[in-house]
Amino acid sequence: MLRRLYALIVKELIANWRDKQTRMVLTISPIVQILLFSFAATQEVRNVSLAVVNQDWGGEARELVARFEGAPTVTDVRHLRGVAEIAPTIDARKAMMILHIGPEFSRRVQEGKTAEVQLILDGRHSNTAQILQGYATRIVEQFNGELAARRGGGRPASLVVARVWFNPNLETLWSTVPGLFAILTTVVGIMVSSLVVARERELGTFEQLLVSPLSSLEIVAGKATAALLIALALSTIMLLLAAFVLRVPVIGSVPLLYLGIAAHLGAVIGLGLFISSLAATQQQAIIGAFTFMAPSFLLSGFASPIENMPGWLRAVNELNPVRHFVLISKGTFLKDIPAGVVIDHLWPLLAIALVTLSAGAWLFRHKLH
Amino acid sequence: MDEPLVLIDGLTKRFGPGQRPAIERLTTRIEPGRVTGLVGPDGAGKTTLLRLIAGLLLPDEGRLAVCGFNTAADIGEIRRVVAYMPQRFGLYEDLTVLENLTLYADLRAVVGRERQEAFERLLTFTDLARFSDRLAGALSGGMKQKLGLACALVRKPRLLLLDEPSVGVDPISRRELWQMVYALVDQGIGVVWSTAYLDEAERCPEALLLSEGRLLYGGPPTELTHRAAGRTYAIREMEGDRRAILARALGRPEVMDGVIQGRSVRLLLAEGAEPPRPENVEAGAHAQVVPVPPRFEDAFMILLGGARANSPFAALARQNTVDGAVVEASVLTRRFGRFVAADRISFSVRSGEIFGLLGPNGAGKSTTFKMLCGLLRPSSGTAWVTGVDLATAPGLARARLGYMAQRFSLYADLSVQQNLDFFAGIYGLSVRAGREATARMVETFDLTPYLAASAGLLPLGFKQRLALACAVLHDPDVLFLDEPTSGVDPRTRREFWAHINAMVERGVTVMVTTHFMEEAEYCDRIGLVYRGQLIASGSPDELKVQARSATAADPTLEDAFIALIEAYDRKAAA
Repeated sequence: MLRRLYALIVKELIANWRDKQTRMVLTISPIVQILLFSFAATQEVRNVSLAVVNQDWGGEARELVARFEGAPTVTDVRHLRGVAEIAPTIDARKAMMILHIGPEFSRRVQEGKTAEVQLILDGRHSNTAQILQGYATRIVEQFNGELAARRGGGRPASLVVARVWFNPNLETLWSTVPGLFAILTTVVGIMVSSLVVARERELGTFEQLLVSPLSSLEIVAGKATAALLIALALSTIMLLLAAFVLRVPVIGSVPLLYLGIAAHLGAVIGLGLFISSLAATQQQAIIGAFTFMAPSFLLSGFASPIENMPGWLRAVNELNPVRHFVLISKGTFLKDIPAGVVIDHLWPLLAIALVTLSAGAWLFRHKLH
Repeated sequence: MDEPLVLIDGLTKRFGPGQRPAIERLTTRIEPGRVTGLVGPDGAGKTTLLRLIAGLLLPDEGRLAVCGFNTAADIGEIRRVVAYMPQRFGLYEDLTVLENLTLYADLRAVVGRERQEAFERLLTFTDLARFSDRLAGALSGGMKQKLGLACALVRKPRLLLLDEPSVGVDPISRRELWQMVYALVDQGIGVVWSTAYLDEAERCPEALLLSEGRLLYGGPPTELTHRAAGRTYAIREMEGDRRAILARALGRPEVMDGVIQGRSVRLLLAEGAEPPRPENVEAGAHAQVVPVPPRFEDAFMILLGGARANSPFAALARQNTVDGAVVEASVLTRRFGRFVAADRISFSVRSGEIFGLLGPNGAGKSTTFKMLCGLLRPSSGTAWVTGVDLATAPGLARARLGYMAQRFSLYADLSVQQNLDFFAGIYGLSVRAGREATARMVETFDLTPYLAASAGLLPLGFKQRLALACAVLHDPDVLFLDEPTSGVDPRTRREFWAHINAMVERGVTVMVTTHFMEEAEYCDRIGLVYRGQLIASGSPDELKVQARSATAADPTLEDAFIALIEAYDRKAAA
């Protein structure tokens, strides 16, 4: 039996490697994706285009404008001639942010009264707008603070000093890559496993397998093992890229991470086999894989925090293997996640894997006859 | 004489640099008012030529005029006058017969009264009117082809191109398709019928014989067949082993080619040679060598230079033969929902026998075949292979059988050596036994020069050899073959059957399912499956005798097939 299983696994590995298209899809694409997304999918806002409507000729107004213009994220500044130009400028996306200073500004500042400035943001990119608002508030706060100090009017009431743990410089790469690593590992796992049977069906070799002494359980085991080996190899490559090319720190325990990868791949490959047994063609298999991937990624905590989801959804989400794996991955990369926490998320993964693998194997057998 | 429909001059088409051209310097013409047979084995370039004529491909070199139009410049005109029915016509399986017709009428802008008339005419013509509400996916293979034909004919063309319309179609539907095509010719449509079945050439007044992209012959098929006149003989009333007699005959210098036909052996002689005497081939005291009329295939074999295939398997000794029935079906029944695909089928196959399952499409022969090799579980009844019940010990039973699917399903991306190693592995051969077995196969089938080549890139003949090698690597007692040589050129087919015959001589049992009559002739016994039941069984000669009638004194196996089914239908209707 081991001899037969071994032959099947070796065949799967060779077949995946020798087929030029599969080889390209499997090796090049995750590597390109982890590099590409890491740089492109950044949450920082740079290259800000700013427009200014300044109706005040006072020194204070000019100083505030200079502070905005001098901000390192602002690369493009245009001056508008009046309020009427504001709307067209936003509409044409010529500026992301418009600073409007009214004619009373400098006078009110000199009189020690509260002066107002208006900030107009392009809300079509709500995330960007929010971040820009943060930048602007900080500039104005600094301006206020220095103004108060110059007048000798004492210190500001309180001062917030922020220290960001685990990512002190707020490097976006550090927060994206660990999640991306989890997502791409999932993609590889489900793709390899959902295509294995469909491809043989299309080639007509599947019957040849079925009339051999291999039992259906052996076929499932062989296919699952081959998929696991391929996915493990690729996630190792991605891990090395993340650590040594992208220089994201790996602080936690790597063996524990690998336990997580293996358990997660087991869960995902079980699902892949399930899809594979139902799909008659590779196309159907790919559609099936996407049906799983889209919701499971959205709910995984990769892009949006799980804490903000309603309670019932969070409960359902416990069944989502990607959610557990993203947590293990993020924890291992940026912080030394305690073994206890890993285990808390490892056993749900193992339970899911047990269910999906047996369901996949059962359906595979069942569909044959 | 009328203007030719298609004029081809020095036509060449290549699909990649370094590859053999799919069509090479072809010069010919296709005349109107008749069926032109485009005949040749798979890979000969038939489809490429049809697609060139239909304007779907453009020639690399040479001239091609269709109804006076250039396919490159006047594609609009070509579309109006040419109808093309590809091998798998684009029927939408989830649409009904009528919806499919409507779709193609819309695409071809056939509307209003014209459409109504066309539909009436076509539905009557194809006899599909009764089924106009049925989903296309639920039609039989023959009916699908008819519907495809109807869709292609929505607008009456001047030239109709049919790409292998008879593939996967049983003899009865095939006969109907031919009648329809003759009716179209009477209406003034020129038809090109491409086929890999050489016997179909004889139905055409004009045939173009293609091989490896080149035109071997163009003209009336009878003229070519005539070249084999006086060179074809049959050995009748033989005693003893017909396979051994064939092997001995093929070993003689005067014999160019030979096949088994039921209880006879049919020979093609070298030019000017005298036929062998019965005692030369040890055919028994009563055997006679009698002249028989030549066939188109004989002429093709002469053009190819004959085939004196001898299998190295003949030299290999075999130790273990199985006593009793090697394959046994006992009241096998398989239901799909309420549909009974196989209904209480029983038969048994002895050791060293070739048993063929024949029948129209959808009649249940594939279902029966699949139950016997363990691909399908019977609803009731039992299937035994070498005395082992497939239901209770599938692994053990499957280890004793070899299987070769249609179109040799090998792993195209694996090399020859990797394919062999894989099959040795999954059949549980130990590493050493596997190495010995693969080495033996490589030697037997001369695979050494291709060991590192990907299986998908092998020449067809070698693909077939490798598939057979993988199927028999583990020395099975019984070999299951699913239409093993349909569409293969006659030389490769001869070689294949030489191997099979030699293996049978060594005690291997063979189960084959086919609707290719020549393959059926190689069988010792045939089971004819129709409407889920085994309606007749016996040797090919016995079946022919059953079908003998006043109108057909010497029926072919195909005649017998049709007669038996029609007799069954009459009995069922009565």
